[in-house]
Amino acid sequence: MTEYRGVMVHAEVAEGKLAAIATELLGCGRKLADDLGEELSAVIVGSGVSGSAQEAFAFGADKVYVVNDALLQDYRTDTHVAVMEKAVRQAMPSILLLGQTSIGRDLAPRLAFRLETAATMDCIELAIDSSSKRLLCTKPVYGGNARAAFISEVEPQIATVRAKAMTPLEPDSSRKGEVVAIEAGLDPSAVRTKVTEKVKQEVEGISLEAANVVIGGGRGIGGADGFKQLEELAGMLKGAVGASRPPCDNGWVPDVVQIGLTGKIVAPDLYLAVALSGSSQHMAGCSGCKNIVAINKDPEANIFREARFGVVGDWKKVLPAFTEKVRELLAE
Amino acid sequence: MTVNIIVCVKQVIDPEAPPSSFKVDEASKKVVPPAGVPPVISPFDENAVEAALRIKDAQGGKITVLSMGVNLLREVVKKPLSMGADELVLLEDEAFVGGDSWANALGLAMAIKKIGQYDLILCGRQAADWDDGQVGSGIAEMLGLPSVTLARKIDVGDGKAVVERVTADGYEVIEVSLPALITVSNELGEARYPTIKGIMAAKKIEPAVWKPADIGLEPAQIGAAGRKISLERLYQPVHEGKCELIEGESPEEAGVNLALKLREQKLL
Repeated sequence: MTEYRGVMVHAEVAEGKLAAIATELLGCGRKLADDLGEELSAVIVGSGVSGSAQEAFAFGADKVYVVNDALLQDYRTDTHVAVMEKAVRQAMPSILLLGQTSIGRDLAPRLAFRLETAATMDCIELAIDSSSKRLLCTKPVYGGNARAAFISEVEPQIATVRAKAMTPLEPDSSRKGEVVAIEAGLDPSAVRTKVTEKVKQEVEGISLEAANVVIGGGRGIGGADGFKQLEELAGMLKGAVGASRPPCDNGWVPDVVQIGLTGKIVAPDLYLAVALSGSSQHMAGCSGCKNIVAINKDPEANIFREARFGVVGDWKKVLPAFTEKVRELLAE
Repeated sequence: MTVNIIVCVKQVIDPEAPPSSFKVDEASKKVVPPAGVPPVISPFDENAVEAALRIKDAQGGKITVLSMGVNLLREVVKKPLSMGADELVLLEDEAFVGGDSWANALGLAMAIKKIGQYDLILCGRQAADWDDGQVGSGIAEMLGLPSVTLARKIDVGDGKAVVERVTADGYEVIEVSLPALITVSNELGEARYPTIKGIMAAKKIEPAVWKPADIGLEPAQIGAAGRKISLERLYQPVHEGKCELIEGESPEEAGVNLALKLREQKLL
């Protein structure tokens, strides 16, 4: 019987390039593989994705498995689970890492169950346990109120990793490795879902994930009009506007600007949280924020436990004066 | 077509309880339920119940609610009935406690097999306790069904469901053949409130209570004994909690002082 060995990363490709999460997984996978003294491989699944193999080497992979097939153009559970099962059975990695993305959230559990195990989802720390040599997976639980560390008793040990939790290596384009093509071998009649439409809910301006300044609004903003004030400030600071869940649920802002456990993960230098209580679920999306600044009328609000600077007061009075002063300072 | 729907719901510690009331017992690796805060149905599971009710409203059908655990408070697990669901099955036994996603999916999948008739199985996208989001996909895999996760809208007809699935920058529309399993996200919309009539009707519905043997499982396969993933440690992250409050004679002045402070700190 072949032994399970090595670390494998499921590397997503977006718009012809390795997705940011893939480079983060490779950075983390490289360290784990080195700690074990084993190989790091990447598996790239899609249509027209073969060109991304070199990029995976540059970011740390020793070997790249490519499953390239027109049927893999769209992510679909049935097709992607089938080819990933094939890749895992061929490569026999001891550890398999995926991104906690809209693909990874769907793919990892279904793949794990097909391999007769379960995954550990949304990890923020991964390490090789010194005594057991198993993968120790740490993830936020209870909406971020607690953290739990898990060890899988079954091979392969599967985990998904939160965006921005890991650091990519500096790409080294001179790194080389072995490319292994895997036949998809899919039966189109066995695919039970069909993607009929993809809808992008575009938000103007700088993307939340890339912004250096994020202005977040909460339930206390009270309506779509209030968010216009946040937009104005964001425009001045070349930042992006996000929100906790209530403004999205109430339709004040589009769902795609939700920051938190089930929304976007942001990591700006400055996060200005306005009329936002700072629930654990929301803060789960802010763990990478370097400086959190809060304006909230409730001195007991959880956001003040997370913030570096804060003002206790009604945002409707504080924010316009703040915005005017910022305008003045930026004009100097 | 009238639609037979099974909705899986989980009773959890209220995630809206104040963070300051949240306590962990590190020795037993368990969360201490906050005093005086009753448990609730996990919020995404309520979204799943709402999704089921909308389908039933549109074309008729039967909704069976399935829950697993111990000390399932009837006023909690009957809430979906008071919202308009029809039947309740409880997997209630000490043996079901302490499972991971694998063990929990196995118990639910075997119960769904016993219920037998279904076109659609709905789950919340993830439970508010372990935030895992695996059990729905796991049930589908164990039952050999197609699955679609993170639904924000579900339409059923012609032996298929048309699902809007939430993605990072919008959504995709997916057609899936039935029977299928779908997990539901909050973007679907808030769950309706129970009506007085619904609450009265729910009082009269007796849940079916099943033990592991009733669904063909040994205690060793489920709960803590059936885990694939072991919990090594459970703890609360440390909050540094050193917020510097910026003050002023008026809220406006505080706003101005905040801008000056951020400038001084080179954050603007």
